[in-house]
Amino acid sequence: MERQETYFEDVQEGDGAPAWQLENVTRTHFVKYAGASGDFNPMHHDDTVATKVGYPSVFGHGMFTAGVLSHYVTDWVGVGNVRKFRVRFTGQVYPGDTLSFSGTVTKKYKEGDESRIDADLAVANQDGKVILSGSTTAALPSRG
Amino acid sequence: MADKSIIGADLGATTFPVERGKIREFANAILDDNPVYQGDDPVAPPTFTMTTAFWPRSSDTPLPDLGLNYARVLHGEQEFEYLKPLKPGDTLTGRTKISDVYEKEGKRGGTMKFIVSETSFTNQDGDTAIIARQVLVETSKAAS
Repeated sequence: MERQETYFEDVQEGDGAPAWQLENVTRTHFVKYAGASGDFNPMHHDDTVATKVGYPSVFGHGMFTAGVLSHYVTDWVGVGNVRKFRVRFTGQVYPGDTLSFSGTVTKKYKEGDESRIDADLAVANQDGKVILSGSTTAALPSRG
Repeated sequence: MADKSIIGADLGATTFPVERGKIREFANAILDDNPVYQGDDPVAPPTFTMTTAFWPRSSDTPLPDLGLNYARVLHGEQEFEYLKPLKPGDTLTGRTKISDVYEKEGKRGGTMKFIVSETSFTNQDGDTAIIARQVLVETSKAAS
C-alpha cells in the first residue's frame, strides 16, 4: 500500500483500508525474517526437516506474515499510532503464495484524549483461504 | 491431559537494548521501506519485541519443563498492547509467565494443546511499555 495520512474525521465505520498484495512469497523472505527475528525453527528454512514431519515444504513464520501485516497497518494509520495489534494464524504460507491484505474499520471513538479506531484485519492466499485474521486499535491524528 | 500445574510458572526475564540497526534490519525483513526506520530517530515496528523471543532468559526459579514436542508446535495467536513508544536507547526487560493451558479437539491437527503466555516489557523508567500475549499450539499431527 502507498503510505498515507489517515485522519480521524475522514474515516467511517465500515471503511476499508486500501487493498494490497504481496506476490510470490519466497524462501528468501523466510530466511531474512529468520535472521532478523532470531527464529531459526527449521520448518521455515529446511525442506528436508519440514517434509519429514508431513509438510509439503517449508512454510513461513506466522510472525513474518504478521510483521508484513503490521507494515500494511502502519502504512494505513501511521507509524507510532498503533495501540493494539492481534493476530490469529489459521493457515500456512508456502513459497510461491500470493498474499492479499485487507482491513476494515469496525469502530471509531474517543478514548481519553485520543481519537481511535478499531479495525478487523485479514490475510488471504491466492485460493482465497484466510491464513491470518486479526484486529488492531489505532490512534489517528485529527484535522482540527 | 493438559498439565495445568505450569499455569503461573515464571519463564524468566531478558533485558535488551532497543538498537537502531536492529530496527532497520527488522523493518527490512517485514518488507517495510518506510524512511522513518532508516532515519536518525526511528521508532520500533509493532512486532519488534519478537526479536527477543529467543534470547537467553534468567529466572529466579528453575524453568518449568513444558513437555512439548516442538516439531508439532505452531504459533496460534499473538497479541500486543502498546503503552509507550520504543526508541533506540531504551532498555527493555521482558518477563514471561504462563497464563493458561488447555486442550481442544481441532480440525487441522487432531487434539491440540494450547499454551498461553504473557510477557510484560518494562522500560528503563520502570514503566510498562508493551504487553505481549502468545498462544502456542501443540498438534497431534502435522496441521493441514
